[in-house]
Amino acid sequence: MQNKAGIGTRTKLMQGNEACALGAIAAGVRFFAGYPITPSTEIAEDLSALLPRVGGKFIQMEDEIASISAVIGASLTGTKSLTATSGPGFSLKQESIGFAAIAEIPCVIVNVMRVGPSTGVPTAPSQADVMQARWGTHGDHPVVVLCPSSVAETYTLIIEAFNISEKWRIPVVFLMDEGIGHMREKIEIPNSDELKIIDRVRPVCNPNDYLPFDADKGDGTVPPMADFGTGYRYHLTGLTHDKTGFPTTQRPEVDALIRRLNSKMDKAKQEVTFIDEVLMDDADIVVFAYGISARAGARAVREARESGISAGLLKTKTLWPFPDEYVEEIASQVKAIIVPEMNMGQLVLEVERAVKGRTKVISLTRVDAEPISPDEILSALKGV
Amino acid sequence: MYKEIRLSGTGGQGLILAGIILAEAAGVYDGYNVIQTQSYGPEARGGASRAEVIISDSVIDYPKVTSPDIVLIMSEQACDKYGNQVKTGGIVLLDDTNVDSRPVLDGASIIALPITEIARHDVGRQVVANVVALGALVGVSKVVTPEALEKAVLSRVPKGTEDLNMKAFHMGLERGRRAMTEHETP
Repeated sequence: MQNKAGIGTRTKLMQGNEACALGAIAAGVRFFAGYPITPSTEIAEDLSALLPRVGGKFIQMEDEIASISAVIGASLTGTKSLTATSGPGFSLKQESIGFAAIAEIPCVIVNVMRVGPSTGVPTAPSQADVMQARWGTHGDHPVVVLCPSSVAETYTLIIEAFNISEKWRIPVVFLMDEGIGHMREKIEIPNSDELKIIDRVRPVCNPNDYLPFDADKGDGTVPPMADFGTGYRYHLTGLTHDKTGFPTTQRPEVDALIRRLNSKMDKAKQEVTFIDEVLMDDADIVVFAYGISARAGARAVREARESGISAGLLKTKTLWPFPDEYVEEIASQVKAIIVPEMNMGQLVLEVERAVKGRTKVISLTRVDAEPISPDEILSALKGV
Repeated sequence: MYKEIRLSGTGGQGLILAGIILAEAAGVYDGYNVIQTQSYGPEARGGASRAEVIISDSVIDYPKVTSPDIVLIMSEQACDKYGNQVKTGGIVLLDDTNVDSRPVLDGASIIALPITEIARHDVGRQVVANVVALGALVGVSKVVTPEALEKAVLSRVPKGTEDLNMKAFHMGLERGRRAMTEHETP
């Protein structure tokens, strides 16, 4: 690593992107394919050095589409696999994310958000890919989207991203932003025995009896997944398929597949919802924020308390599935929910949907490539 | 303790590396909480460049500098943009090799040192101007201990340049201390 400081200790100064790479290694990632793009490049750069040291493989592919395709292929062999990109590359990867969703292939796609659309401002932060992360690929598909707001959180949350992806056999989008990706903070690297690492469930049946998309034996949601090359031969397709993996257009089978795939989002919801509550006990105005904007929210709430306003912060690390029941419950206890975002107002639409008119929802937007400031949120708090 | 430091100048002067070194000194070696951020354009050299460091003994929530205690100015353009954005009682440290103008300040000090000239002539290599600047910054502000900064410099500079960088650091430190003494005892 470039960071030679504190060798022999676990205290390090590092970027969000470096923490993402190190966390991925700790999660068990042994394959990365990517095409470098600002502001995500350090993730690829660090993994190109780290992966060979742990017996993994790093490939710089010819483009972003090839990168996600390579990641899907590697995951099929049983290897935890990662790609990292930013907006323009994330757009290119969408079709294959849909393939990973229908073929139930665990993988994590990091998108370090920068200002878009198109080339936008490559070196500046944004939070404008929130809806794309959920709905970028076509069709009703399951996808979990996680979003860290500090360097230390990036390390632990990328591990959760892999755990979720492995357990539920779904693509997980790890939505960082340039602010968190390039920011350096001091972190304490956790010991490996403090970490919970989940691996996908593999079949135990005779290879000849293996039905690759039969979820009936487990909880009815996730079928065991065989590693390619271990004797469990099966057919894989982006077409709707039956339990054998072969294509089908039979209406009951199509219906059952689409419903089973999407049931993952409902069943996983509680365990994939990560929300930090700050000063929430007696709060009557709430800032609901994520990523870099949650940092401004934390400062604004602290300063609001100093001027006698009972403000609290809900920092959500899970954007999708959107924690609607949680927000609905909060809504009945507070005067207003303020939603600061570095976009034209994306997640606020979900907040409004969940709140169902029970309280006032205030959208704060900023799209000039500078993070939302604590003062902007503080004035909104004072204006309620 | 809560200090905001802004290092500003031109791409290629090594200010982002200087920010990382300062943050590492404060966080890893002096044991404070620390955040370092930067802002730069797509150019490798020549565009405006800015690194920011926040050092605190408690949790740092917002990562951006809003009211700096110490501002390092290494270019005329940076002087125009950031020269008068300093807290009352704060310090502007200015490289007068590159900067002719002086910000008009109310209640803050200006320390002018020929940082790039010291690197070029006294140390012998202009490329270490960023480390001279760090030495001077510690000399005038004591924001981290010289020992911590020394360790951080050594952990981050390329192999084989340790002596050169130590020389740069100590020359900057010495000039910074002297300038501060002169400033405080007119």
